[in-house]
Amino acid sequence: MDVFFYIAAVVAIISTIMAISGRNAIHSLLFLILSLLAISVIFYLLSAPFIAALEVIIYAGAIMVLFIFVTMMLNIGLEREAEKKWLKPRMWILPSVLAAVLLINLIMAIKSLPQITAGTGAIQPKQVGISLFSTYLLGVEIAAILLMAGVIGAYHLGSQKKKVKHRFLEIK
Amino acid sequence: MKYVLIIAGVLGIALTIAAGLIWVERRLLSVWQDRLGPNRVGPFGLGQVIADTIKLFFKEDWVPPFSDRPVFVLAPGILMITILLTFAVVPFGPNFYVFDSNIGVLFFLGNSSLGVYSIVLGGWASNNKYSLIGAMRASAQMLTYEVFMGLSLMGVVMMADSFSFCKIVEAQKGGWFFIPQFIGFIVFFIAGIAETHRLPFDIPEAEGELIAGYHSEYSGMKFGMFFVGEYLGITLISGLIATLFFGGWLGPSFLPPVFWFLLKTFFFIGVFILLRASLPRPRYDQLMELGWKVLLPLALLNLLVTGAILIFLK
Repeated sequence: MDVFFYIAAVVAIISTIMAISGRNAIHSLLFLILSLLAISVIFYLLSAPFIAALEVIIYAGAIMVLFIFVTMMLNIGLEREAEKKWLKPRMWILPSVLAAVLLINLIMAIKSLPQITAGTGAIQPKQVGISLFSTYLLGVEIAAILLMAGVIGAYHLGSQKKKVKHRFLEIK
Repeated sequence: MKYVLIIAGVLGIALTIAAGLIWVERRLLSVWQDRLGPNRVGPFGLGQVIADTIKLFFKEDWVPPFSDRPVFVLAPGILMITILLTFAVVPFGPNFYVFDSNIGVLFFLGNSSLGVYSIVLGGWASNNKYSLIGAMRASAQMLTYEVFMGLSLMGVVMMADSFSFCKIVEAQKGGWFFIPQFIGFIVFFIAGIAETHRLPFDIPEAEGELIAGYHSEYSGMKFGMFFVGEYLGITLISGLIATLFFGGWLGPSFLPPVFWFLLKTFFFIGVFILLRASLPRPRYDQLMELGWKVLLPLALLNLLVTGAILIFLK
């Protein structure tokens, strides 16, 4: 099992690095999808098959399709010349140092924690559902209201006035 | 060893049906259009399948110089992989399945949502305006129909009390689910046609408007993979309709269970082809309107009523 975890983890890290360092927007998105799939494998190995499936359906299957759709619509292909000037190699130094400090911090923190092992039995979809609708009910409801607000907002932005005349008869 | 045999059997059956459909579809269309269809090569024209396959393999496999090469090559493969992976969870018989997962239905939905990439990326990588329009139509269409494809299945999942296909089939011993879940069946069937982008919902390729849509630039076996992928998709959706709503391998015992499953699958493949022969293609906005204004409320209503009745009966 450990071998599979390390394979998935390495794939996730490499593909995420490729996603943020790529020059081609669509290629970056493809690497991001790969990273999401790798994370889904890790969820599966942590005996959470339901969450793994949802990760694929919702993140990799639905949200990333919308990302690709918008990227295609706006035709953002290769990096433009101007963008190269915005990001000079010199700018990477300070963030890299700070990130490295954080990484060391994180490793130390994890090492000092007691060993956590994954649950023994796989968590069935039913258990996830029961805990969502009892323990975490408030969170689910709030998320639903938030999504509803988003839907209404999108409807308001997208709604058009009804056309009375055919477009050929309109006076411009 | 048994495991390898089962995988080989499932792959063999799926790919044979998909290749055979080339001939079946042309013959059936001809029957409905009052002509003969391909009947020259071999008995009943069955050799047409082999002839077409050989032709596809030996055609020049041209990658356009203006295309995005890695993505262009990758795209047809994604379609084949996602569809063939889904066959792993479909039970062909009582002990004839590759693996029975307790997230089987979700595994199918996940794979079908990943299948969208094949068409979207294929259209984008071709760098051709018709392909791009096809890809955009496909992404909107498939994303829309995925939503209530999942919702329509939840009624079945509630009644069988499991996401596993084998348990769903066994739960139908008392009666097939297409009677209590009739709305779910209709919604799933329509969504299935849209997911496999078959006529009448083939607007991503709409050959009258977009040349061949997302696969305009594809040739040789890469086109062949899109082609076979479409037939595999039909086989998969037909098999799933048989499994989820028509009792899968259940049937009178004078025939083996696998045979019942294949018989039901073939019936729905026939319905797919009949739809192609008989219905015109809707406009793009009509398709979206049907999806969001009719099928989504229907699927939600079905979910609500099923849940209420199940709680009431408990």
